[in-house]
Amino acid sequence: MNFDFSDEQKQMRDEARKFLAEKCPPKAVREVLDGKAPYDKALWQGLAEMGFLGVAIPEAFGGAGAGHLELCVIAEEMGRANAPVPFSSTVYLAAEALLLAGTDAQKQKWLPKIASGEAIGTLALFEGKGNPSPKAIKLQASGGTLTGVKKPVPDGAIADFAVVAARTGSTGRDADISLFLVDLKAGGVEAKSLTNVDPTRGQAELTFKNAKAEPLGAAGDGWSILTQVLDRAAVLLAFEQVGGSDRALEMGRDYALDRIAFGRPIGSFQAVKHILADMYVSATLARSNCYYGAWALSTNASELPEAAAAARISATQAFQHCSKNNIQVHGGMGFTWEFDCHMYYRRANTTALTLGSLSYWEDQLIDRMRKKNAA
Amino acid sequence: MNFDDTPQEAAFRTEAKAWISANAPKQYEEELRKSSLGRTVLKGANILEVAKAWQKKKADAGWACLHWPKEYGGRGSSPIERVIWQQEEGPFGKLSGMFIIGHGMCGPTMMAFAGEEQKRKYLPPLASGEKVWCQLFSEPAGGSDVAGLRTRAEKKGDDWIINGQKIWTSGAHYSDYGILLTRTDPNVAKHKGLTMFFLDMKSPGVEVRPIKQASGQSDFNEVYFTDVVIPDSQRLGAVNDGWNVSLTTLMNERMSIGAGVSTGFPELFDFCNSLMLEEGPAIEDRSVRSKLANYAVKASGLRYTSMRAISALSKGERPGPENSIGKLVAGSMVQEVAMYALDLQGAAGVLSGPEDAEVAGKFQAMLLRAPGTRVEGGTDEIMRNIIAERVLGLPGDIRVDKDVPFNKIPTKGRA
Repeated sequence: MNFDFSDEQKQMRDEARKFLAEKCPPKAVREVLDGKAPYDKALWQGLAEMGFLGVAIPEAFGGAGAGHLELCVIAEEMGRANAPVPFSSTVYLAAEALLLAGTDAQKQKWLPKIASGEAIGTLALFEGKGNPSPKAIKLQASGGTLTGVKKPVPDGAIADFAVVAARTGSTGRDADISLFLVDLKAGGVEAKSLTNVDPTRGQAELTFKNAKAEPLGAAGDGWSILTQVLDRAAVLLAFEQVGGSDRALEMGRDYALDRIAFGRPIGSFQAVKHILADMYVSATLARSNCYYGAWALSTNASELPEAAAAARISATQAFQHCSKNNIQVHGGMGFTWEFDCHMYYRRANTTALTLGSLSYWEDQLIDRMRKKNAA
Repeated sequence: MNFDDTPQEAAFRTEAKAWISANAPKQYEEELRKSSLGRTVLKGANILEVAKAWQKKKADAGWACLHWPKEYGGRGSSPIERVIWQQEEGPFGKLSGMFIIGHGMCGPTMMAFAGEEQKRKYLPPLASGEKVWCQLFSEPAGGSDVAGLRTRAEKKGDDWIINGQKIWTSGAHYSDYGILLTRTDPNVAKHKGLTMFFLDMKSPGVEVRPIKQASGQSDFNEVYFTDVVIPDSQRLGAVNDGWNVSLTTLMNERMSIGAGVSTGFPELFDFCNSLMLEEGPAIEDRSVRSKLANYAVKASGLRYTSMRAISALSKGERPGPENSIGKLVAGSMVQEVAMYALDLQGAAGVLSGPEDAEVAGKFQAMLLRAPGTRVEGGTDEIMRNIIAERVLGLPGDIRVDKDVPFNKIPTKGRA
């Protein structure tokens, strides 16, 4: 047994950390936070040049052909740096959907562009409030066109193409749902940027009016593909959340060591030490659940659905816990715009929702554990 | 990243599995599998005798204390082989409970500080379970603050005379030997005046009194020492260097990773899977599912944290203070799990008799035993201090008694 990343993978993590420390300091994140740009274009190009965008994309489609364990370590660093780029929507959602269900031609059209940073992709799933559910999908497909409204769509306003979940039947079953690929620049789709809790990762409303679309995967397979895409994205996003948790913990620890009150570093008070110890505990549990998710993802194990749900829940909890208590340890300064704490707090509370909220994943986890138990 | 055995590990696993299958006391397997915190009993058998017989059998065939050197009763196995053994031993591993202190703490301390002749004399019967050892550290005046202990050892010729009292000594009532931390110089700061010994628990002047716990059971004891004589040859480490010796003991406690701490989650999941509520199966209830999911990810988080630690161990890394999280998380979780299982039973949750209570009162027993798990072997608060100071590098507590001679430290709070 070797339940750890390899030395090469750890080296890749160090490289990504170094690269992001240089190219994505908090100052760069703030450019996007303050609305000066919709995302960090220079960073996006840099990530492409480093080969990080296509790390899990096969070489035949312009990627590095490394694998998902490598993608996990990069995801962790993206979360640690709070990178203001459409990485999760393009790489975890759009690219994964293409890899799972795309034809060779579809892969050939989009994957090389993802790897090179020329194309931003996303998944258009939600239509207003609620968690992932086939019943909630109303957007209609007919005669190779789509009509309806999707929101919120992550990075929808800057995306070049979208994987869209649409209704193709009305039997009330999962098979009513099919997936489509839509070139968002080809007309028929209107994108509107929406104000959201974390401006460093945009959200949009996409209005489809007889927009030209091509099927992705077989008709009626949409929900089953989506479920797999969401599981795979859940593991990858969980690594971002773990990276963010660790960074929030470090920020809190560093502040507790430097800040003096009552004549001593506040980190010498047990009340503060214990807050930080509990942050370490939740970040560690999340990391361990994520490692199991990484193993299941990279080996396509039958345990993936359960492992993904556990990683998702644990990492969501850890990031929320660490980011809110990082502010608490900082006291009043943590609640200023000037300090970086709120950037992690924002990211923690939006990543907690983008693939479906905690209650959704809790439900999924128990369903999947029951199934395994019954088997 | 993989969960596969290497060829050597696979061969070891096959050998261990075959031996366990041919030799384990199978008649108790089901009962052991079902046992949980606060309830590890065998019907119609004395669990201590069953445990000793199993340990002896393992020792005779070379399967006891796997990681110890062969000359001291072990097998000279690698850390990973020890973990594989634990995995294969499964529920029979619960029979090792009475040996954990001896094998995990006393043995390694003897190995580090006793003379060669003593090691060859005392360690093999400790490994085989023929002799049981206990650890005499905690005192009424020193629990978390163990260096505050007051049991005196005074030199008289070639002997030491011991007077004082220990408390919370697991298994003292069935132990043959113990390692004992004493105060030999009260005129210096508290950590600097301690000395470690080992002794025969049958020595004249040793009196063991069981403590009746809040749960009604008695796992622990008070041990009184009245003019107990220990020869100087049974001193472990230098005079007044007992604190450093005890750190070796406590560090070895952390080596016992992978043994698995009880979270109560598998029991709760099974219970919810079969429980019917008024509205239908409990496991289909939204709030039940949410609670279960939260416990599930803690339990799996601990399981995979332990696997990461085992992987590090197999690469030759030493387990560090980060392994304190297992006990910290599981200790309070098992208590919450028990409370939640009772909550699901409604008013009938008050019943604890095996004939009336749900699942024979398993969760009621768990509830009553659980407060102890958050205190024994280091309280939750001490565990958090360890994580904060030794993992995160935060400053130690301000110790007002650090440079004060022990006999000048105040002994009373409010006058």
